[in-house]
Amino acid sequence: MFSYYLRLAFKSLRRNPILSALMVAAIALGIGSSMTTITVNYLMSADPIPEKSDQLYYVQVDSWDPNNPYDDESNDPPNQLTWTDATNLMRAKQAPAQTAMAKSGGIIEPVNQDDKPFEASIRLAFNDFFSMFNVPFLYGNAWSDVADDERQQVIVLTRAINDKVFGGENSVGRSMVMAGKTFRVVGVMDNWQPTPKFYDVNNGAFDEVEEVYMPFYLKEELELPNWGNTNCWKSPEGEGFKAFLQSECINFQMWVELPTQADKADYLAFLDNYAQEQKALGRFPRPLNNRLSNVMEWMENQQVVADDARMMMWLSFMFLAVCLLNTIGLLLAKFTGKSAEIGLRRAVGASKGDLFAQHLVETGLIGVLGGLFGLGLALLGLEGIKSLYGNFVDNLASLDITLVIVGLLLALVSSIAAGLYPTWRACNIAPSSQLKSQ
Amino acid sequence: MLVMNDIKKVFRTDLVETHALRDFNLQVDEGDFVAVTGPSGSGKTTFLNIAGLLETFEGGQYLLDGQDVSQLNDKARSQLRNEKIGFIFQSFNLIPDLDLFDNVDVPLRYRGFNAAERKRRIESALEMVGLANRMKHLPAQLSGGQQQRVAIARALAGEPRFLLADEPTGNLDTKMAHSVMELLKEINQAGTTIVMVTHDPSLARDAKRNIYVRDGKVSELHSVGQELPDAANA
Ligand SMILES: Nc1ncnc2c1ncn2[C@@H]1O[C@H](COP(=O)(O)OP(=O)(O)O)[C@@H](O)[C@H]1O
Ligand SMILES: [Mg+2]
Repeated sequence: MFSYYLRLAFKSLRRNPILSALMVAAIALGIGSSMTTITVNYLMSADPIPEKSDQLYYVQVDSWDPNNPYDDESNDPPNQLTWTDATNLMRAKQAPAQTAMAKSGGIIEPVNQDDKPFEASIRLAFNDFFSMFNVPFLYGNAWSDVADDERQQVIVLTRAINDKVFGGENSVGRSMVMAGKTFRVVGVMDNWQPTPKFYDVNNGAFDEVEEVYMPFYLKEELELPNWGNTNCWKSPEGEGFKAFLQSECINFQMWVELPTQADKADYLAFLDNYAQEQKALGRFPRPLNNRLSNVMEWMENQQVVADDARMMMWLSFMFLAVCLLNTIGLLLAKFTGKSAEIGLRRAVGASKGDLFAQHLVETGLIGVLGGLFGLGLALLGLEGIKSLYGNFVDNLASLDITLVIVGLLLALVSSIAAGLYPTWRACNIAPSSQLKSQ
Repeated sequence: MLVMNDIKKVFRTDLVETHALRDFNLQVDEGDFVAVTGPSGSGKTTFLNIAGLLETFEGGQYLLDGQDVSQLNDKARSQLRNEKIGFIFQSFNLIPDLDLFDNVDVPLRYRGFNAAERKRRIESALEMVGLANRMKHLPAQLSGGQQQRVAIARALAGEPRFLLADEPTGNLDTKMAHSVMELLKEINQAGTTIVMVTHDPSLARDAKRNIYVRDGKVSELHSVGQELPDAANA
């Protein structure tokens, strides 16, 4: 019977093409907008480094104001570190792998004298950064431990910057001038864009990764500027760069890699120990409040899935509901127009159940068609989002199958839900009323 | 075969109650051809709808083939309609976007026949009404008389024991009406019991038996040959 019903459904769609088109369009719009926002939320809440996200921990220690917690509501410790704490914790080397880091920037003077100088972002980090976060390399490697300790002027470039400055050649060993200093290129990254950009969400969780990477201590050595958020609970004692680094201002992040729960417990004990030491030195006036958050915990804590994205998703669900209400109205009109046929079918032996099945197939067909068009609209919508949020939806291709299945199921389920009432009404048409001679 | 005892049917709307049938009594025997006449609004269609299980009733008893139908659920009633009863309506009630083949196919689909059996029945039914060569035509491409023939083929394809016809010639001119009547007589000869509502006394006279309905009751019963009351022209 299913193939019979399907054939009747196609005939019925062709009978009033405009009405059918309106219904398909209503479902397509609702599905399109829902799928767009679902995809955005899905990508936002994606695990950016699934292979080890539960072994990488963000480090927080409470260095804040004795009179006011850093966050009144949650009582969370500050979300960044002071220079003092970042460098102390790095020197302690208590984790198998660890990197403090900061964002900065400077002017690059191109090798080719004809090109104009341009500004680029810098990530200051330790060499563990590359291995901890599985950064792929096109040429060369991360810098060495020695380079970190000796504050060597070495850099790793993104592929895009290497293309721009060195025309895409293997630039390892070559020099590049940035912020007025000469650096030696040791590595060129291959394309890499964790989504979200979990290692530092301060400047936008879906920003592109920084363009140039260099040893963390160069911050002090070259007096590189602060990019990103800086917060202070008391002003630096004195003027100038040195005073800032020695202050209680926070501008630095730190990640550690802790393979086992035992490692994590040890590290947390170390942090508490460290805080006690600092208390003895007159710092850390607040109660002990140190924290390690793995990647997904940190994304949750930092509310990476933006409230407005969540809001948009709920709004689009409401929009879908409105579209479905419209579809209900159109289906009622359509099935009313079929009441003569329904009466006739009843008269020649169709039970209510037969007619229910027939019309459910018809609404299901409308739903599938609406779903297919809706997926098309969702792809367009994601193109639009791309221009708003940047290129983080580029890796959409890997989601296609899930997206298509979710979209079609949503369309099918919602159209059948929309079809229930009109179908029920259609089946309960009194057959005799439709068959009387005029 | 078909027995109705004191059937009552009331239509209630917000404003009025219409007693469409009151103490309606009738017995139709196997192989009969009954013509039903009566003024407009007297309850002829209501009677036919109840006989065809398209409508329920409030009081009395209806036995179809000895079976009391008042307690049956929708599925059982639908199945009885499908297997035992064929309908013909004044306005043909063909489905406009199905061709003749598919129109005749409609009742067979609910019967559960396989494709080959359906095809055989459709072809022989259309053959019988003389339209076997028009199977792929749409109803709108046929004259009124031909459309009614398709409706008759549809009613016959399931080989029902009863044919219920509500003014089957009402929308046809005299010549076509008589040819449809000839067809019904042939069908009756072949063994199908027919109950036909008509306004046309000359057609009624061709049936084996006439009944006259007035005010929801069978007011007079008489066999062919007796003179009809003049109210048949209502
Ligand atoms: N669905 C209905 N609702 C209300 N009244 C109805 C309905 N169907 C028929 N009637 C009334 O019942 C009476 C009998 O109708 P009907 O059986 O159609 O008469 P006939 O076929 O003899 O012209 C009429 O008065 C008619 O108005
Ligand atoms: Mg009538």
